[in-house]
Amino acid sequence: MKFSLLRRLPPAWRRPLAVTGGLVALIWLVIVVAAPLLAPHDPLAQNLPRLTGPGAGHWFGTDELGRDVLSRVLYGARVSIPLALLLVAMSLLVGGVLGACAGFFGRWVDETVMRIADLVFAFPTVILAMVVAAALGASLQNAVLAVLVVSWPSYARVTRGLVMGLRNREFVLSGRLLGFSAWRSLRVDILPNVLGPLLVLATLDIGTATLLLSGLSFLGLGAKPPTAEWGAMVADGTQQFDKWWIGVFPGLAILTVVLAFNFLGDTLRDALDPGTARTIGAEKERVG
Amino acid sequence: MSPRWAPSKGTGGKGAGVEGGEGAGSGDGDRLVTARPLPGRRRLLARHPLARFLLRRTATAILLALGVTLVTFVLTNLVPGDPAAANLGQRAIGDPAIVAQFRHHYGLDKPLPVQYVTYLGNLLHGDLGESQQSHQSVLTDLSTAVPATLELAGAAIVVSLIVGVAFGVVAALHRDRLTDQLLRVISLLGVSVPTFWLALLAFYIFFYRLGWAPGSGRLDPGMTAPPHVTGLYTVDAALAGQWPVFWSAVGHLALPALVLTAYTVGLLTRFTRSAVLEVLNQDYVRAARAKGLPARTVLFQYVLRAALVPVITVAGLAFGALLSGTVLVESIFAWPGLGAYAYRSATTLDLPAVMGVGLVVGLVYLTVNLAVDVLYGVIDPRVRVQ
Repeated sequence: MKFSLLRRLPPAWRRPLAVTGGLVALIWLVIVVAAPLLAPHDPLAQNLPRLTGPGAGHWFGTDELGRDVLSRVLYGARVSIPLALLLVAMSLLVGGVLGACAGFFGRWVDETVMRIADLVFAFPTVILAMVVAAALGASLQNAVLAVLVVSWPSYARVTRGLVMGLRNREFVLSGRLLGFSAWRSLRVDILPNVLGPLLVLATLDIGTATLLLSGLSFLGLGAKPPTAEWGAMVADGTQQFDKWWIGVFPGLAILTVVLAFNFLGDTLRDALDPGTARTIGAEKERVG
Repeated sequence: MSPRWAPSKGTGGKGAGVEGGEGAGSGDGDRLVTARPLPGRRRLLARHPLARFLLRRTATAILLALGVTLVTFVLTNLVPGDPAAANLGQRAIGDPAIVAQFRHHYGLDKPLPVQYVTYLGNLLHGDLGESQQSHQSVLTDLSTAVPATLELAGAAIVVSLIVGVAFGVVAALHRDRLTDQLLRVISLLGVSVPTFWLALLAFYIFFYRLGWAPGSGRLDPGMTAPPHVTGLYTVDAALAGQWPVFWSAVGHLALPALVLTAYTVGLLTRFTRSAVLEVLNQDYVRAARAKGLPARTVLFQYVLRAALVPVITVAGLAFGALLSGTVLVESIFAWPGLGAYAYRSATTLDLPAVMGVGLVVGLVYLTVNLAVDVLYGVIDPRVRVQ
């Protein structure tokens, strides 16, 4: 049964990495939905014995305020994962639309968009995100905005490159000659051809987004204290060095989520043709 | 809005758009992204001597510096945050006289364009302004923070290059076999692990549990810094012959540097692997093998030499990213570097300091890129100036 199911998947998806990544991502998505059912305690309730190590009753131990770490890690998934997905979707939309316009219309549109992208690239990513987050005030919402500011240019660049390659292809030109408006041409002829590579880039970017977001929270520029957010929980762990479980488990949660999406994205990239894969690969190096 | 599908413009226009645009706009950013020399660049190198090339680089540097200052300036002034509120205490903020004096002292009471022009004017004299937090000149602050981070990032990139290239070559030579799969998982682990968490873990295990690593900071407590020459404690101590200080500095450097290598090793492994695989398929490699050259000669003199070009580009990029990306690790190891300084400045909206950091990182970025381009010529004769 299991084998026949596996065999139905496209070859790229059958690789162990993709299967592992997919499974782990799926488990986390289930946790996002079902956290209230799975968590043994209220993630914010401070009614347990403080700083007890992992053991029966509290598998992941309790923190300095007497909260159950396991419950907080499970609830943390509801913060980090949807935000990372939202962030990537927003970068995809903003970067994709701007990049498509730049690539399709060229001239001053292209110049304007790409020079703004260059400007963002010129500035160190982490510091720019820090400045934006600090200037807007520390909150999760602003952290997402900060990361959006630094992440859209990658999408714009890739989209622009792809659209420029497609713009003069025969099927696009014949559409235009039939009287398609620019908008219709972009939507009907070009969009389906750029969506695949962009989605791969987005999948690879979910990991980066999660890391950046939790990093900002770790620095105190994201989630506010009572919120169960993984980066902030690791920061709590630094306050209690000898109580390793406070920081280790949320960090493991970040690692598994990022790893799962990177496994998936990596496999997907291999399934693309080499030229496109290289564009995306190179773009990813930029983000680091 | 008119479509550009006229055949006469068509392919020619597109080609020029792709190459000319990237070459002219900002050679660096774009070339780095494609991670291989563009034809446009090669043409330029062939047509002009080194001087022209350096001149263009300097122009790019100035533009970049302007861009960095402009971005910071616009961002920090458009958003609702108030530097006065961020820097003054609760009580002082209630006193309009103190706020007004603060704003006057840092020129915040002048119109924005005036502030910006003043800043640029001072920049020409090498004056980066005064930090609103430390009340020292930003240049003084940076002169201690930058070497600390350079030391950390430098150590990390050297280790990463050695390990990453070795991993990548091994992976490529064992393509799709178990070793390759294993290394792939390792490199993905490296790029997926949150550095701040890895730093915490390393600190807990090697310092708290095992006691192998010394604590935080750059030197053991009670030890004085070696006489300032380069600002890199390891180098300075070695130059002064202060061996206990040297070993202490090395010990303090080791753990944070190793934590930082996780990401770059992952990156370089993957990049080296694909670069080597690409070269392995080339005819000249096949020819070298066919004529019976020893495997080692083929690997080092035919394959690696060509494959290293993109790898070095990525390493340069990674080094630039390390400079600003160390903030998370620096905060755990209490490393008084650029990241920690940037964090402090960003959270207090210390404008001059943030711009100073941006400028320094940008400049190091450009210098590294320049070095990378010169290295290209050394490694790959095809891109040498004719």
